[in-house]
Amino acid sequence: MSKDIRIKRGLTLRLEGEAEKELVKAPRSKTYAIKPPDFHTVVPKMVVKEGAKLLAGDEIFYSKYTEQIRFTTPVSGVLKEIKRGDKRRILEVIIDADPENVYRDFGKMDAAKADAKDVKERVLESGCGAFIYQRPYNIVADPADTPKAIFISAATTAPLAADKGFIIKDKLDAFQEGINALRKLTPGKVHLCVDDSSAKYLKDIQGVELHHVKGPHPAGNVGVQIHKIDPVNRGERVWTVGVEDVAIIGNVFLTGEYHADRTIAVTGSEAKNRKYYQATIGANVSDFIGEVSDDVRIISGDVLTGTQLSNGQYICFHDNEVTMIPEGNNYRLFGWIPFTYNNIHSNSRTSLSWLFPNRKYTPTTNLNGEERALVVTGEMEEVLPMDVYPMQLIKACMAGDIEKMENLGIYEVAPEDFALVEYVNTSKLEIQEVIRLGLDLMITEVG
Amino acid sequence: MEWIRQRLDKIKQPFQKGRKYEKFAPAFNALDTFLFTPNHTTQKGAHIRDAVDLKRTMITVVIALIPALIFGMWNGGYQYYSQLGESFTFWDALGHGALKIIPMIAVSYAVGLGIEFAFAIFRGHEVNEGYLVTGLLIPMIMPIDIPLWMVALSVVFAVLIGKEAFGGTGMNILNPALTARAFAFFAYPTYMSGNSVWVSNASEVDAVSGETILGKLAAGSEVGYSSMDMFYGVIPGSIAETSALCILAGALLLVLTKVGSWRIMLSAFIGAAVMGLIFNALPSMGLEGNDLTNFPWYLHLIVGGLAFGVVFMATDPVSAAQTMKGKWIYGFLIGFLSIMIRVFNPAYPEGVMLGILLMNVFAPTIDHYVIQANIKRRKKRLENANTQVETAV
Repeated sequence: MSKDIRIKRGLTLRLEGEAEKELVKAPRSKTYAIKPPDFHTVVPKMVVKEGAKLLAGDEIFYSKYTEQIRFTTPVSGVLKEIKRGDKRRILEVIIDADPENVYRDFGKMDAAKADAKDVKERVLESGCGAFIYQRPYNIVADPADTPKAIFISAATTAPLAADKGFIIKDKLDAFQEGINALRKLTPGKVHLCVDDSSAKYLKDIQGVELHHVKGPHPAGNVGVQIHKIDPVNRGERVWTVGVEDVAIIGNVFLTGEYHADRTIAVTGSEAKNRKYYQATIGANVSDFIGEVSDDVRIISGDVLTGTQLSNGQYICFHDNEVTMIPEGNNYRLFGWIPFTYNNIHSNSRTSLSWLFPNRKYTPTTNLNGEERALVVTGEMEEVLPMDVYPMQLIKACMAGDIEKMENLGIYEVAPEDFALVEYVNTSKLEIQEVIRLGLDLMITEVG
Repeated sequence: MEWIRQRLDKIKQPFQKGRKYEKFAPAFNALDTFLFTPNHTTQKGAHIRDAVDLKRTMITVVIALIPALIFGMWNGGYQYYSQLGESFTFWDALGHGALKIIPMIAVSYAVGLGIEFAFAIFRGHEVNEGYLVTGLLIPMIMPIDIPLWMVALSVVFAVLIGKEAFGGTGMNILNPALTARAFAFFAYPTYMSGNSVWVSNASEVDAVSGETILGKLAAGSEVGYSSMDMFYGVIPGSIAETSALCILAGALLLVLTKVGSWRIMLSAFIGAAVMGLIFNALPSMGLEGNDLTNFPWYLHLIVGGLAFGVVFMATDPVSAAQTMKGKWIYGFLIGFLSIMIRVFNPAYPEGVMLGILLMNVFAPTIDHYVIQANIKRRKKRLENANTQVETAV
């Protein structure tokens, strides 16, 4: 049964530099890397040493405090280097890739007929646990929990984000098998949210509760969808999985092998070959973008939630896009005069940009101001389509007031849901960071 | 432009971290960022940011104040010359008013920004732009003849006690501009109320009737102004409060730019109208009332400081209610109480000042109850979820 979710509050940013809907094969990187910092709160414990020979799907490290969560290599090859940072924290596990992948064989399994315990074990041993995230806290799900539902968002609303319908259209069999597997992991429902683009391909998927999402960003955020469909209460767990990740899980069951395929959209005004690339998780960003000048910011992910990379680093585990926008380290004379510099997008009416709703913008990374105390009210609510008071929640997070955070709905939010709030914020606060720290505090205090 | 930038970067050197004048960096930065929006780029979180910043927001309010300010200057001169019976031109009137008012603005900015800069250096944060608005508002709500030292003292009180004592911009409970006015009002009542302070030099000339309309109503004397006079604002009063027309222009800018909350403005006028209507209805209920209660409700909205206070001070986001529903309640009560104070206590014809200050104090309480409803909703959902699980088991 299909239910509609209509989101009114929010903001769709129209930016220059969308990727062409053309899928090309990416060149195979010489090295691939899994970056433990991509998995917030996971403390990696290595199981292999440098120089070890690995098949694609072999375990390389596991989570120290939840040992069942294992992380496997996306390609076959030799473990080249374990890059460490301060306090010997592991930053990157780099693998020298073979020219062709050799896969570890997990054995085929029909997820629909298999035992729930076996399905879970298979998901975990193949390293697919890393794709399953939990709300609250937006961290890798603890396999010991039983979620009340699983959510998959196939709706794209983030600026310049890869179109999820386009990504999944050739992987529908694997996607269906992945859904079959996920159904075994929850006694509740598996919710699939689609937009106009992905509905074409996903409308016949069996075993899910299909929801049609309409509205501006952040309607495509799984957090908003959870909030509208089945909000998280204290003590409850909900799991979320990315669209392409469902297909990877499905492939493990169909083929018995861990095919860590990742479609990467190269987008942004500064990108040269704006296309969709058929790549592998952990690929090196330089293979997609070539030489880049210093005035360009390379982002793994979208412009609102992504991670800054320098050329030669590796694309983050979950990201489906590489976005390139100009750095904005320039001064603007009298930038504070209202109704000037209308070429910079603003949700506020102190710029005339609202008069041109169809115009596409070329944003830079300039902060367009300085950090200030929170003064303006009402702007955050405009872009957060949740029954949550954003400013009050942010202040509670800053103050570390656990009871207040809980009362105001900290369990229902993730940093990415506050990305637009951060974008429109007049006081230029780092709100996603504030929410992340608030969530971290809840993890240590409440668990 | 490039040349100015290079000069600035050179001057900036000793203010950098670890250099000689590091402590005074906020003061220099305030000047620097006034000329140039800085080259800071995003470090964490969203990589792109909205074009708006606090400077823009505050300057928009300053622009919205300008029609009322210019009119206030002209009206200052107009009241003076017309009461004396002298002939005068538009520029005479404007010049007379400007000569009185511009020094007040200069004093207000000099004293207020001085304190702001000092606190920024002392506390090591950047100078907040809030005072750009407050500093202009304070002279605009004073009588035209108030001595400059009183302006200065009011500013000191407002910034120190009204704002910095609570932790600075964004933390204050009371609107700083109204705190300044309230201070002057209670400390120097002879300069802030009565018959002879609203027209410049009125006390030195006999036979000047410089009473405000509310003052006349309270005294039971003839008003002598048409409702159009009241709307255009050619009446005695605090400098910028008289012209409903100019305030309306400012209100339009604030609402269109979404800088001022239309919810607060609308609900405050509704609240004032409701109270006015109640008073107007007294005769039909068998109560006689007086000149103030029988003053038509729609004229209550345009005389006195109500319009100015509602548009420019009640909407101050820091001291107002912060939730959407809270704003409706907050605004309504401001309008309602303003007219009530104005009518019941003719000694305080400026009911709006006290009305807003009172609601400033209660705004957090209003928000508390609005948010409590949200919290209750969440708790109820949790209870329902729990019972489901129990029945399932």
